[in-house]
Amino acid sequence: MKSLKELEEIRNKALAQIDIRKKGEGTRIVVGMATCGIAAGARPVLTAFVEEVAKRNLSYVTVTQTGCIGACRLEPIVEGYTPGAEKVTYVKVNPDMVSRIVAEHIVNGKPVTEHTIGYNEEKKN
Amino acid sequence: MRDISLHILDIVDNSLRAGASLIRIGITADEQQATLTVTIEDNGSGMSAEMLEKVRSPFTTTRTTRSVGLGIPLLMAGCENTGGYLSIESTPGKGTKLTAVYGMSHIDRPPLGNIAETIASLVLANPQVDFVLTVRRDECFEFDTRMIKDTLQGVPITEPSVMVFIREYLEEGTVKVLGGQEI
Repeated sequence: MKSLKELEEIRNKALAQIDIRKKGEGTRIVVGMATCGIAAGARPVLTAFVEEVAKRNLSYVTVTQTGCIGACRLEPIVEGYTPGAEKVTYVKVNPDMVSRIVAEHIVNGKPVTEHTIGYNEEKKN
Repeated sequence: MRDISLHILDIVDNSLRAGASLIRIGITADEQQATLTVTIEDNGSGMSAEMLEKVRSPFTTTRTTRSVGLGIPLLMAGCENTGGYLSIESTPGKGTKLTAVYGMSHIDRPPLGNIAETIASLVLANPQVDFVLTVRRDECFEFDTRMIKDTLQGVPITEPSVMVFIREYLEEGTVKVLGGQEI
């Protein structure tokens, strides 16, 4: 059974890393979580991002959520913000896409084009 | 919504928009009454008697971008389909308490779903709000973010390694009380 003792250790480790955070600051992953997003499966996507970021120890990345982004039929929608680059909007995201988005876009700065809103909307027309 | 935990995630958003700073979520499996009861209680701005009348209608919403809101009507339909009910009490300036009762073994009852993931998502998105989860069957499990924050002493609760701990902690606690199998 997990205990709060374990949480204390996590806390101490986190404190030691706070200095490293300066690099890459402003990197954000935002998941749309209104009724539309939740119904489309946004919650496991959010969980997957949190776990991937924790696993890779990317202490400069913030994972957060927002309300309805306005394109409910494309949910789950995820926005990726990296410093000095334009916002990238991913659509119909599922947990299996998460590790690739983190590795290629968040860490290496190269957006995963085939899951972006631009690519998906163009393909349809 | 595929399961009850997703409804909770959706409904708590109402409490958050009502400016709540403390939200209590209760899940009680009562074998004797054969009911599964979910309560969501907040200290937000509350609603007037007039608003409370209307809130069950899909054409009532506080949002200004469009004129429909489906959170409460969907939850209510889900409860009533299983012989249960939804009730809401509210006092302006004090807060709101919502109670959703499902017939436990009714064939149309949605599964409870992943409560741990719901609570963890809420904590992550609203680090400034405190959440208390109480799960009861024969035993009782309680989770309180105020206790977590005390232990963290200033390290943000949204820190990914902390979030992973919280989700696992919640998962162990809820599974222990509600049993290993899906409820």
